[in-house]
Amino acid sequence: MHDKTLAELARALDAGEFSSRELTQHLLGRIDRLDGGLNSFISVTFDQALAAADEADTARAKGHAGPLTGLPLALKDIFCTRGVKTSCGSKMLDSFVSPYDATVVEKLSAAGMVSLGKTNMDEFAMGSSNENSFYGPVKNPWDLTAVPGGSSGGSAAAVAAGLVPAAMGTDTGGSIRQPAAFCGITGLKPTYGRVSRYGIIAYASSLDQAGPMARTAEDCALLLGAIAGHDLRDSTSVARGVPDYSTELAAPLNGLKIGLPSEYFGDGLDPAVEKATREAIAVFESLGASVREVSLPHTHYAIPAYYVIAPAEASSNLSRYDGVRFGHRCDNPADLIDLYKRSRAEGFGDEVKRRILIGTHTLSEGFFDAYYKKAQQVRRLIRQDFLDAFEEVDVLMGPTSPTPAFDLGANKDPVSMYLQDIYTIAVNLAGIPGISVPAGFVGSRPVGLQILGSHFTEARLLNVAHQFQQATDWHRRRPAFAEENV
Amino acid sequence: MALEHADVQRAAHLARLGLNDDEAAGYVDDLGRILEMVDMLQALDTGGVAPLAHPLDATQRLRADEVTESDQRDEFQRCAPAVENGLYLVPRVVE
Repeated sequence: MHDKTLAELARALDAGEFSSRELTQHLLGRIDRLDGGLNSFISVTFDQALAAADEADTARAKGHAGPLTGLPLALKDIFCTRGVKTSCGSKMLDSFVSPYDATVVEKLSAAGMVSLGKTNMDEFAMGSSNENSFYGPVKNPWDLTAVPGGSSGGSAAAVAAGLVPAAMGTDTGGSIRQPAAFCGITGLKPTYGRVSRYGIIAYASSLDQAGPMARTAEDCALLLGAIAGHDLRDSTSVARGVPDYSTELAAPLNGLKIGLPSEYFGDGLDPAVEKATREAIAVFESLGASVREVSLPHTHYAIPAYYVIAPAEASSNLSRYDGVRFGHRCDNPADLIDLYKRSRAEGFGDEVKRRILIGTHTLSEGFFDAYYKKAQQVRRLIRQDFLDAFEEVDVLMGPTSPTPAFDLGANKDPVSMYLQDIYTIAVNLAGIPGISVPAGFVGSRPVGLQILGSHFTEARLLNVAHQFQQATDWHRRRPAFAEENV
Repeated sequence: MALEHADVQRAAHLARLGLNDDEAAGYVDDLGRILEMVDMLQALDTGGVAPLAHPLDATQRLRADEVTESDQRDEFQRCAPAVENGLYLVPRVVE
């Protein structure tokens, strides 16, 4: 059961091969036996999961099952989930039980999906390795000495290990796509505004976006259809119809114009990753696509612009953690300022403090124009690069990350860690959608191919990724870790 | 733009983040290197380029000024560290 995709599980449930309760129990058992070696879950919600599975089985028996009814998934612990601890990977929220559901959670429950629990992540989604979690690092099921990527590292590792067929992630600078690449799964970051951010704990509000992580593009299409759409409770969600993302999956790729940004194949790219990427692109040529080189000339300004904009927004968003209304509170505060300062000093981890300090500094008097305004101007130039490229080609392709998953503990220096996100960060600044699909291995560690499109072209990206997965079997490979004899 | 110990302490105070001198010293180096990386932006000519705040250049939607939520104060205060009679408790501010 744990090897199947969501689409395959849906057919099996329909055919009565097993019930949602049996499937849920099987996966909860695997989490219980295997997750000690991965640390991919922060909370496993056994009772709620079985209750939701029973409800789904009852609905099915009455003929009320939809395409996602009774299918299990996991939620990154950044999604507020009513009655369930929602920690965001932080000591600050270790005792926070959310009084409400995020819109994404509400929609997935309404579709009949069964959440098995909340997955581990870099604290407040700040990180590229999942080493910044208060709950400890997650290990990569393909190689337990490697990181799973971040910040949605728990979601990626849990799917790769067959603990759950799909999981929800969020992506502010690559946090869905990079862990998907490192763990050999498929992960989609939708267009900014496509999915409601209501109830998703905010990191950088002009960049944050939620999306699906699963084995296949077909499964991501099912999930995106369930979570996308306008939400009155998120004023940045876009009032625009949601297409059926599954109907275009089968379209042939004849005549597809693919652009390869020359900046994504330059210095710093691991030659073995480049080789796998170029072999994947050759598959598209065999499917009738044409390939040409394009340029995104401001690529190298993306990381500097991001490390002004994201920390600035974070320093503002994280000011809500004051030790008064919710979250960690220090013992015996001397006065109100002491209450704020010590609660925040005790509740936040190192990387979060670093970004709050950078953001506060760059927004402070005398620095605003030189940093924040400048970064927002550069952001427009970065977006224009993509808009210009999409005048010439339909999609862009390149590696998701310059290297395969690195070793746990390998990147001690924050700046060298930030530079890992060179191919993913500009996408968030531009607000366009991107998907990472499994495209090979370097040794035992997976390589991801990133496919980018212009705003609101998710259906096309999913079609292109699905056609690749019809022609290759990288997405069907499973790590030895996922096997057990029970 | 180089960063000094006093800049870190100033940002920490503005952010209401308690840092002792040793901890602040630890951040001077890290933050300095991040700002050095960020300073690369200064090399780019952005004259006449409008800042981009929203990737779709969209403006905030407006709605009618009507009550849309019900009162859930008790439930929302259940996750607060210290509450009494519907009020949040903090150290005395006014003597």
